[in-house]
Amino acid sequence: MQETIKLSHPGEQARQDLAKIEKEAGTSVNLCYQCGKCTAGCPAAFAMDYPPRQVIRLLQLNLLDEALDAGSIWVCASCETCSARCPRGVDIASLMDTLRREALQQGRLSDKKVAAFNKAFLGSVKSFGKVYEAGLMLQYNLSTGQFFKDMGLGLPMLKRGKLGMLPEKIKAREDMPKIFERAKKMGGDE
Amino acid sequence: MKLAYYPGCSLEGSAVEYGLSTERSAHLLGIELVELDDWNCCGATSAHNTNKMLSLALPARNLAMAEKAGLDLVAPCAACYNRFRSTRHEVSHDPAMRGKIEQILDMPYEAKGEVLSILELLANKVGLEEIKQKVKNPLTGMKAACYYGCLLVRPVSHTGFDDPENPMSMDHIVEALGAQALNWAFKTECCGAALATSRPDIGNRMIHEVIKNAKEAGAECIVTACPLCMMNLDMRQAGMEKALGVKYGLPVYYVTELAAIALGDTPAEVGVPRHFVEAEKYLAVVAERAKEAALTPPPQPKKARTASAAAGGEAKEAPSAQDTEKKVNAFIKAFEKAPDKMAARIIKDPERASVLAQLVGGDEKKIAKLAEAMVADMEKAAKVGDAYVTAELRKREKESAS
Repeated sequence: MQETIKLSHPGEQARQDLAKIEKEAGTSVNLCYQCGKCTAGCPAAFAMDYPPRQVIRLLQLNLLDEALDAGSIWVCASCETCSARCPRGVDIASLMDTLRREALQQGRLSDKKVAAFNKAFLGSVKSFGKVYEAGLMLQYNLSTGQFFKDMGLGLPMLKRGKLGMLPEKIKAREDMPKIFERAKKMGGDE
Repeated sequence: MKLAYYPGCSLEGSAVEYGLSTERSAHLLGIELVELDDWNCCGATSAHNTNKMLSLALPARNLAMAEKAGLDLVAPCAACYNRFRSTRHEVSHDPAMRGKIEQILDMPYEAKGEVLSILELLANKVGLEEIKQKVKNPLTGMKAACYYGCLLVRPVSHTGFDDPENPMSMDHIVEALGAQALNWAFKTECCGAALATSRPDIGNRMIHEVIKNAKEAGAECIVTACPLCMMNLDMRQAGMEKALGVKYGLPVYYVTELAAIALGDTPAEVGVPRHFVEAEKYLAVVAERAKEAALTPPPQPKKARTASAAAGGEAKEAPSAQDTEKKVNAFIKAFEKAPDKMAARIIKDPERASVLAQLVGGDEKKIAKLAEAMVADMEKAAKVGDAYVTAELRKREKESAS
C-alpha cells in the first residue's frame, strides 16, 4: 500500500467512466468525507485489501482501474450495513454492486469463484426458471476445479429431503431466455 | 386474509422446513395462501451482481403475475423479499424503468400490490394479540436470540418496516409465542451469505461471530426468518466449529417453526428433524419448562429472595462482619451513583421512590442507614425508606402551607 500514486489531472475519459459508475449506482463519491464509519461496521473488512472507505477514496481520486481490481469488491457480501450507516448518504453497497458488474463486463476478475457461482446460478434460472441447488453446486465445483467441495453436505441434505434429484422446471421456460436476452440488450451489460 | 404465496427456490430445496412451517402457521392462523402459479426464481444476489435490468426483470415477472391476480404477495425467503421490494421501489419511482421492465417481460406491471415478509405478516397483518390468543403450547422458558440478518431490514428505503439497527418485530412475535427474546448485539450482523460457499475462510469467521455473540448473550437458540442465514448458521455450523476449533451446537429455528409449534403442531410436523444441528431436544426441554411454569404460580419477589438465600448455604446464613461491611459499602456507592435505581429497589411506588431518590441525594447518614438496612433485611429497608419519604412529604406540605 506504500506505492506512489499519480494525482495529476485525470483526463476526460476517466471522468466519464466514473460518472457512468456513479449514475448506475445512484450515488456520488464526492459526498464522502472519509470518516470510515462504513469500514468500522463492515463485517467482511477484515478480509479486504481495500476496505470500503478506501474503495471510495480510490474513486474520489479517479483511480477506477485500481478499484475494479480490488479484491474487496468480491469479498463484499452486499449486507448494506455501510449504506445504512453512512452519515453522508453515500450508497457504498450500490457502488460495490456496480463495480462488480463493471469488472465482470471488462473481464477483470480478481476472484473468479464468486463470478463462477453467479454464472452457474443464472445458468440454472435461464434453463429451468428456477434454481436447481444440486446442479448449481455441481457446476460450480466443476467450473472452479473444487471437485470435492461440500461433498460432506450432499448426502445429509439428500437424507433430509433438502436436495432434489431432478431440477424443478417452470411451465413458461421458453420465456426465460427471452427475458435474459432483452435485459442484456436493455441494460447494455453482462 | 388471502395472499399470493411465493415460496422461492430455497423453500423447495434446502429450506424445505421453512416452506412447510410457513404453510402450517398460515393455516393455523386462518390465512389463505395461494401459491403463485408458475413462479420463477427472483435471481437473488447473482442477478444483481451481474446485470441490473435482469435483477429487476426476474422479480418483476412474479410481481406482475400477483398483480394480475389482484393479490398482495408474501415472500418468506428474505432474499426474494428483498429483491421484490427493491424492484417494486425502482419501478414505482421511475416511470422510464417501468416502461423498460414491461417491455422485457411483455406484461404490464404497475407496482401496485404490496410485498410482505413473514415478520410483517405476523407482527403487523395478523397482529401480536391475535397470535397470543391462538397460542396453545406457549414456549415458556425458551431463551431466543432473534436474528434478522441483512436482507429483512436493509436497505431501509426498500424494506423499512423495522429499525435497521435494532429491529424488534421478530422479538415481539417470539414473545407473543411465550418465549424470552434476548437483547443482543448481532441481530443485524451479516452471516456471510454466499461467502460461506465461495470463500469459506471468510464465511466461517462471520458465522462464528454471530453464533458466539448469541451464546454470550445467554441464548439457547437462534431464531431466523431467512433461508440463507439458516443454511450458514445451521448447516454450516459444524463445519465452522471444525475449522475454527470451537464447539457450540446451538439450535437454530425458523420463526414460522416456532409459531406453528406454539399454535399446536409437533416439531416433526413442521420439519424440525431436518435440521443439521440437533434441534428437537431443546424443544422438549422448553416444553418441560413450560409445563412446570404452568403448574407453579408466578413466584412472589419476597419468596424468591428467601429461596435464593437458602440455596446460598451456610455462608449466607452467618455472614462475617467483613462481608457485611463490604456489602454496605457497595450499596452506598450504588446510592451515590444512581440514587433513582436504588430507590426503586426499596420502594415500589414510582412517585414515592423518586421522592426517596431526591431526599437521599448528598445525605450520607440516610444513605448509610438505608444501605445497612438493605444488607440486613429488604423489608426493613422498605420501612426505613418509607418513613423517610413520609417525613419528607409532610415537610413539603408544611412548607407549601406556610
